[in-house]
Amino acid sequence: MSSNQTPEKATGLHIGTPAPGCKKTNPMLVIDHVKKSFGGLTAVDVEHLEIPTGAITALIGPNGAGKTTLFNLLTGFDSPDTGTWSFQGTSLSGVPSFKVAQMGQVRTFQLTKALSLLTVLENMKLGAKNQAGEGLLKSLIPSIWRKQDQEIEVKAMELLKRFKLDTKKDDFAASLSGGQRKLLEMARALMTDPVLVMLDEPMAGVNPALTQSLLDHVLDLKNQGMTVLFVEHDMHMVRHIADWVVVMAEGKVVAEGPPSTVMKEQAVIDAYLGAHQDTDLGVVTGRITIVDEGDK
Amino acid sequence: MNWGQIFSNTLESLLTPTTLAYALAALGLAMHFGFAGLLNFGIAGFMAVGAYGYAISVLTFGLPWWAGMLMGVAASIVFSLIMGIPTLRLRGDYLAIVTIAAAEILRLLFLTTAFEPVTGSADGLFGYNNAGGFNAANPFPPGSYGFGPWTYNAEKLWVVTFGLIILALCVFLLWSLMRSPWGRVIKGIREDEDAVRALGKNVFAYKMQALIIGGVFGALGGIVYAAFANVSPGVYVTSLTFFVWTALLLGGAATIFGPVVGSIIFWVLQAFLTNVLPELAVNGILPISGTQAATIKYILIGAGLMLLVIYRPQGIFGNKKELTFVK
Repeated sequence: MSSNQTPEKATGLHIGTPAPGCKKTNPMLVIDHVKKSFGGLTAVDVEHLEIPTGAITALIGPNGAGKTTLFNLLTGFDSPDTGTWSFQGTSLSGVPSFKVAQMGQVRTFQLTKALSLLTVLENMKLGAKNQAGEGLLKSLIPSIWRKQDQEIEVKAMELLKRFKLDTKKDDFAASLSGGQRKLLEMARALMTDPVLVMLDEPMAGVNPALTQSLLDHVLDLKNQGMTVLFVEHDMHMVRHIADWVVVMAEGKVVAEGPPSTVMKEQAVIDAYLGAHQDTDLGVVTGRITIVDEGDK
Repeated sequence: MNWGQIFSNTLESLLTPTTLAYALAALGLAMHFGFAGLLNFGIAGFMAVGAYGYAISVLTFGLPWWAGMLMGVAASIVFSLIMGIPTLRLRGDYLAIVTIAAAEILRLLFLTTAFEPVTGSADGLFGYNNAGGFNAANPFPPGSYGFGPWTYNAEKLWVVTFGLIILALCVFLLWSLMRSPWGRVIKGIREDEDAVRALGKNVFAYKMQALIIGGVFGALGGIVYAAFANVSPGVYVTSLTFFVWTALLLGGAATIFGPVVGSIIFWVLQAFLTNVLPELAVNGILPISGTQAATIKYILIGAGLMLLVIYRPQGIFGNKKELTFVK
């Protein structure tokens, strides 16, 4: 199984020493002075952050570090108090979430949002962009959209096969298991032909048997030329697939770098110690080599 | 007990202008609630806008009947826009509160004496079907048509035919929309609008389109109703909204023909109870007076609505898996 080989990591992503806010050779997302407060609590306060293109970047940090809030800000689901951020050189400040998605930046949600009472295939077809039949007037004339709809269906079926959901295509999404819904959400996101895929805790609540296939799917995204940014608490996964790790704590970026080095930094250990006293520190920092045992 | 008369009156309501008007309004609610998930409790307001729009255009502005009806539809679009722009960003239950309030505000505006020369205040409006030429446009020569309980004079036949044509067009329109990718987006929004937004769809625009289309169906319902009866503010009360909801849920909210069949069943049942309950009271079978018997009807309808929502939320035609209130 592919879990027995460490996937090839992308290198040469950064310029200079890996430190919070360091420059990247080819940034996809550039974030400047983004700040968001909820009442007295500063949820996100990022001075400068660049997300490298063509790599898998993990965003980690203890609960309440502001990871999901940053996700919401970047995708237009929430607006920051101050700050600017750009995607492939285009400023995204004040751009509504649906336009952000149209630009090729697609996200999934921490609490899976499968469209329960649509079939699996309908869920998939909904993801496709630029559908003529989605216009109110054009939708009334089937000859305008029928051909495109068939093409979308073929593409949806290919993706469903890849995610092993093709036998469920006519079932309501509500009947899928939690893990299958995660897969469906990811597959649906891919229907939009994204450039940047943002996954919010893709492994949460997924059983170990599915974990491996989800990991492979995420790696697959990179192989197909997409950039991945994901939030995750599962350090096993982070070490295994991430090319770059950004660590957040209390809304700030406290460390970043390749997974092999960043997880040994004092800032990371501190960040996790605060909220994760019950977690085995060795697993968090990578001193206990659970991954490596599996890798040999 | 005169069972022949009771059944004749009951069967008559299978096809009346009122049944057709309810079917149109329920079709609008199916668009709003069944497909787009918009909790609209102000369908009576949309019907009132259609009816008053038609009557006022004819009586005050002297437009011909067809232009007046178009004005009624246009007015409902304006009403949807005014209501939708601030409220469609709200969560579903808040939209319900706003729509119920908007419908009441409208009704009170039509009722107030301040605009009596235009709205007719509590007396409502009448005579517009003659003034606008709707009655003159009747293609049927005077006489008696149909058979048994379904015997119509030329005037009623014209309204029923007109209503049937409008209903058929609306059913076809809704069916065309909901089988298309547009309908897929609408149903997706019903399930989870954030997920649809994350896929690059302009959720607000879609919800607005759905609100307008359903509102136009509701306005057409009001117009068909007005084409037969007078326009009176006492008709467009909140209980009308709930009757239309009952008709919708009876047939199945997320279906195309459900609202139509639901309205027919609702009116047949209503007519049956209206006829049978006073008879039972008069004959001493029910220990109440005839007037009380007439009110019991509404109690039974209310109880029926509750049982329906609890035990058969998908309605008669709906798919239990596709629409349920217990998620």
